[in-house]
Amino acid sequence: MKRHLVSTAGLGRDDALLILDTAEELSQFSGRAVKKLPTLRGRTVVNLFFEDSTRTKTSFEVAEKRLSADVINFSAKGSSVSKGESLKDTALTLQAMGADAVVIRHHASGAPARLADSDWLHGSVINAGDGTHEHPTQALLDAFTLRRHLNPGAGRDLAGRKVAIVGDVLHSRVARSNVHLLTTLGAQVVFVAPPTLLPIGIETWPCEVSYDLDSVLPKVDAVMMLRVQRERMNAAFFPTEREYSRRYGLDGARLARLPEHAVVMHPGPMVRGMEITAEVADSPRCTVVEQVANGVSVRMAVLYLLLGGAVFADAPADAPRTTELPEAAQ
Amino acid sequence: MTTYLIRNAQILGGAPRDIHIVDGVFAAIGEDLDVRADIDIDAHGLVALPGLVDLHTHLREPGREDAETVLTGTRAAAMGGYTAVHAMANTFPVADSAGVVEQVWRLGRESGYCDVQPVGAVTVGLEGKQLAELGAMHDSAAGVRVFSDDGKCVDDAVIMRRALEYVKAFDGVVAQHAQEPRLTAGAQMNEGRVSGELGLGGWPAVAEESIIARDVLLAAHVGSRVHICHLSTAGSVEIVRWAKAKGWDVTAEVTPHHLLLTDELVRSYDPVYKVNPPLRTAEDVEALREALADGTIDAVATDHAPHPAEDKDCEWAVAAMGMVGLETALSVVQQTMVDTGLLNWEGVADRMSHRPARIGRLAGHGRPISVGEPANLVLFDPAYRGVVNPDTFATRSRNSPYKGMDLPGRVHATFLRGEATVLAGELVER
Repeated sequence: MKRHLVSTAGLGRDDALLILDTAEELSQFSGRAVKKLPTLRGRTVVNLFFEDSTRTKTSFEVAEKRLSADVINFSAKGSSVSKGESLKDTALTLQAMGADAVVIRHHASGAPARLADSDWLHGSVINAGDGTHEHPTQALLDAFTLRRHLNPGAGRDLAGRKVAIVGDVLHSRVARSNVHLLTTLGAQVVFVAPPTLLPIGIETWPCEVSYDLDSVLPKVDAVMMLRVQRERMNAAFFPTEREYSRRYGLDGARLARLPEHAVVMHPGPMVRGMEITAEVADSPRCTVVEQVANGVSVRMAVLYLLLGGAVFADAPADAPRTTELPEAAQ
Repeated sequence: MTTYLIRNAQILGGAPRDIHIVDGVFAAIGEDLDVRADIDIDAHGLVALPGLVDLHTHLREPGREDAETVLTGTRAAAMGGYTAVHAMANTFPVADSAGVVEQVWRLGRESGYCDVQPVGAVTVGLEGKQLAELGAMHDSAAGVRVFSDDGKCVDDAVIMRRALEYVKAFDGVVAQHAQEPRLTAGAQMNEGRVSGELGLGGWPAVAEESIIARDVLLAAHVGSRVHICHLSTAGSVEIVRWAKAKGWDVTAEVTPHHLLLTDELVRSYDPVYKVNPPLRTAEDVEALREALADGTIDAVATDHAPHPAEDKDCEWAVAAMGMVGLETALSVVQQTMVDTGLLNWEGVADRMSHRPARIGRLAGHGRPISVGEPANLVLFDPAYRGVVNPDTFATRSRNSPYKGMDLPGRVHATFLRGEATVLAGELVER
């Protein structure tokens, strides 16, 4: 594996499957009374969040703590960052404090790539969502969830499966990360959105595009609803909320058009009544809560592989040498 | 004054000739001149071009002396073979009054490395709302003839129309930074395949083209000339070509970076490639080269835009837009236009000296290399090959997109009215 996880565009099939398989093994611990593993004891992981995020940050924090890492939450609000400190100086500070990994969420597309490519810090950089670029661990947990439903088992991929991703593709880092990862895993992605919410140049992406949700639903194995922010209305991306949900929202009638086995996914937070009705959100076919649980396992796997690999390659002789998962996980 | 005898220079790439410079003018030009001079220069293998004229330079003074000063900027210009630069108006305070343009003009005179012709702002504070005192700036010691809100577009059609009309009184020209502001709100890079993948806000070609189309129509309507800054798209080329075919008085410039670089470089998220207008596609680069070759685009202008390190050493979205370019312009033009066979050295002299001087109505520059003319001259070594190292630049800033690239050619010497500003590739300290 590479030292960083910045995008799924740069993630090969073998590495992607390794993460999913590792997550599958690690997920066995989450059902136990004592969920903690000693793997990252003594390692420092910094959660560097320049943008508000409750779910992703909490998910990473749980994953880090379950692996016994020392967790530092460095939030842009209330820190020197809000007083104008640059990304570079923040990174140099974290480096000086000995961060082994930095989980970064940033409103600027490419900020994690800048960190990973710079010599500002030497630890692993894990992208927890950058602007409208990528959110690789979200795509990994989505793929993990899909695999469990559609083709369960270690080493298996999503070949031949079809996934509709519906909504604000233009501004969605989830859509970008998913189109790369799902394609890498053999699935076919179809984006469904009003033309205003699709990026220029999408015809060159490895996906199909449709403006008509109803015609797509019967052909897919899963439908992933993206959050649509109400403020997009003001920039004339669509006329009104009502019109958006009529044309692109998932309600009970549309749910019925899906094949029997198909699941409904949402990266959260959901805007009920906008892109998804409460009826669908609360239906047993909706995997939202499952996705959250899977997110912890996938993030544990990413941390385990990135940090574990680095530790063992460079470990001094007296360092702990637990290179294998504990017995129970095998 | 120092006298110079330049031996065997290839004037505009022609057969070797000797050039004798006395009292600021070309005193004699010919084969095996039998004259004496204080300094002899062996110019074997060097191409002699008229001193270059830049229509578009950001010298940053007053206000951003941490990025560049008139002195460091003109030293960089001399190193690039320039004998005159047009200093853009987006300084702090804005060059929108006689006082500020005279200050910049005077700093240029004091530097002595090249002539500095201030550009005046079209509107007060570059705000696009009220015309600046264009006449006062023209009548000042700076003698402003080129007016531009560069960095911002004069997007109000009525203000643009009035400006075009008003400057006719003193043979001025409005140089438009063509950028429809609403279409480029939040824009970070060229809108296309790459912006979609990178999740960076798109700067669509149509935002440039729609303004150019409007402005050539406006200029035709009021019978004024208009100059288009830094053309960057194939569509812009088509519009200018159409306007010229109509016989309208439209001129246009292209930057060296738009002749060479594409938006694929943005994939690195390295803000050294962040510039306005943004780097476009390979198809655009091709169209711009062809247009410069056939004369649709009149001039190469650097849009030299120095920025301090901290304004580029950051994430893409907050980084400043712009690239330094004075010291690499001729090399980039050699690589993209000469070595590709699109333009000969005579063409380079036309696009980098004659025509820009004519657009700016700059007396004493862009003149032929012939006896009696002011000795503004650059000796250029096209056989040189080297890796660009911004740490060696004379400009105060280091934001060069060519860092680490192999570029051909190097300025050997530059003469401003008969005095060397650069000799043997080094600045002449004064």
